[in-house]
Amino acid sequence: MRTPVISRRPRTGWGWRGTPYMFLAVPVFLLVVFTYVPVANMFWYSLTDWDGLDKTKSFVGLDNYVSVFTRPELFRVFYVSLYYFAASFVQMALALYFATLLSFSTRFRNVFKGILFFPYLVNGVAIGFIFLYFFRPDGTLDALLDVVGLGELSRPWLGDRDVVNISLASTSVWRYMGLNFVLFLGAIQSIPGQLYEAAELDGANRWQQFRFIIAPGIRPIIGLSFILAISGSLAVFEIPFIMTGGSNGSETFVIQTVSSAFKFSKVGLASAMAVVLLAIVLVITWIQRTILPEEKVNLT
Amino acid sequence: MTAFSARVGKYVSLVLASALTLLPIVVIVMASFKTNEELQDSGPFDLPSGLSLANYVTAFTKGRMLEAFANTTFILLVSVTGTIIIGTMAAYAIDRFEFRLKKTVVVAFLLATLVPAVTTQVATFQVVNSLGLFNTRGAVIVLFLGTDIVSIYIFIQFMRSIPKELDEAAVLDGANHVMIYRAIILPLLKPAIATVIIIKGIAVYNEFYIPFLYMPARDLGVISTSLFRFKGPFGAQWEIIAAGVIIVMIPTLVVFLALQRFIYNGFTSGATK
Repeated sequence: MRTPVISRRPRTGWGWRGTPYMFLAVPVFLLVVFTYVPVANMFWYSLTDWDGLDKTKSFVGLDNYVSVFTRPELFRVFYVSLYYFAASFVQMALALYFATLLSFSTRFRNVFKGILFFPYLVNGVAIGFIFLYFFRPDGTLDALLDVVGLGELSRPWLGDRDVVNISLASTSVWRYMGLNFVLFLGAIQSIPGQLYEAAELDGANRWQQFRFIIAPGIRPIIGLSFILAISGSLAVFEIPFIMTGGSNGSETFVIQTVSSAFKFSKVGLASAMAVVLLAIVLVITWIQRTILPEEKVNLT
Repeated sequence: MTAFSARVGKYVSLVLASALTLLPIVVIVMASFKTNEELQDSGPFDLPSGLSLANYVTAFTKGRMLEAFANTTFILLVSVTGTIIIGTMAAYAIDRFEFRLKKTVVVAFLLATLVPAVTTQVATFQVVNSLGLFNTRGAVIVLFLGTDIVSIYIFIQFMRSIPKELDEAAVLDGANHVMIYRAIILPLLKPAIATVIIIKGIAVYNEFYIPFLYMPARDLGVISTSLFRFKGPFGAQWEIIAAGVIIVMIPTLVVFLALQRFIYNGFTSGATK
């Protein structure tokens, strides 16, 4: 990322030369200890068979990486990510639709805005329980299906391997749609209002306004959301961990990494998995920078 | 005619989306007022027979929620204050000074944003453990402070808009750098500080992963981990779990209703700047 170079007047003659270092000491110390040391160690652990406790770590070369790519039970977590990736498209489409609707005058605009955004603020564990209750047998979803006459569709939503990931991914749409929605809304509001007025004078309808003003106007943030959707769907943890603990084929990459490291004491293997995940995220970020070079970085 | 049906379609979709958003929460509210037998016999949409708070009392006392709130509040205050101090100091140094290692430091902070915290957790755990912080509140606080580069970034972005002439005028009046930082920079950074308080506060209150991994001790439960523990003892008692869920949600709802406008602004400026 290139930062603009701002020429500054020389500051010689005032202040002590060590001042910036004094202000930076704590932040840089924390940065090194909690980001760079772990990253470096992770690369080193990934080449060993360390169990997390042993004093000695024996070097095993690329064995752990070979395991990650050749053992199907380790690799299948990527397949689970596809559900969340697909769900994030649904999420973005909904967010875009509602952001467009609520950018124009609408009754109870703030109430709708508030309701759609609120789930994002709710504690993840609370959401896990809310949806365990929602999906349980004879729970909310089954009752809802009965009301609309689709009762025969009922099934064990979290117990059936065919649907468990769909249930969990829908939960994540419920949770995160509001955030996307608010970000899109903010972007749409930064488009100058006169553009719509001009378009309306030219006889453009809502769809044409969306197609030719809104969509190009917020293209950067849409592009960014797509990229975040990819890395986000690889890093899914909370919802499946809280709701199913990764059972019935709902295990994700992060759940697997955490259980390899902390439950099965395979720190070496877990580190190799983490390195692979990091590499994928870096490649995606690099692609983003190449395709959308003027983008500002999103840091969430 | 089409304009009319478009209007109807718009409101129908909004109402439907709101209903789907609220329904899962509403049924939990109803469940939290039911007795165990009532819950077994009635459907999720049946109203509770009374508004007894018994489940809330049980959830609050047996679920050790008071302790959880105390722990969360303590961690929240220390982490948010620390984030602000660390972030503004870093921003001040990076934006207002020329020094030899400046490029290196800026690049180091930028590169760090590319590393998702979940990927390095296995190795971070060893660092925290070797510092002797495992199973202490310190572990969580130090991680909230040390891995939050987003806030530093928000402060740097905002610093750029504060004119440097103000610092220079203060220097002429004989102020030193610490005085400038405290008397000029901090007050002018208020909008950015408000954004960070909101984003960070919500993140800390809701964080599950870090306390779950680093503070497994029962006495050190925060809101998330204490609620997660309901899974064991109250496994089949949905009315108690429901009450616990609502207890955890109430502060969020209150803060949201009070600060709605600022929260939206915080998220849009925090994420897109």
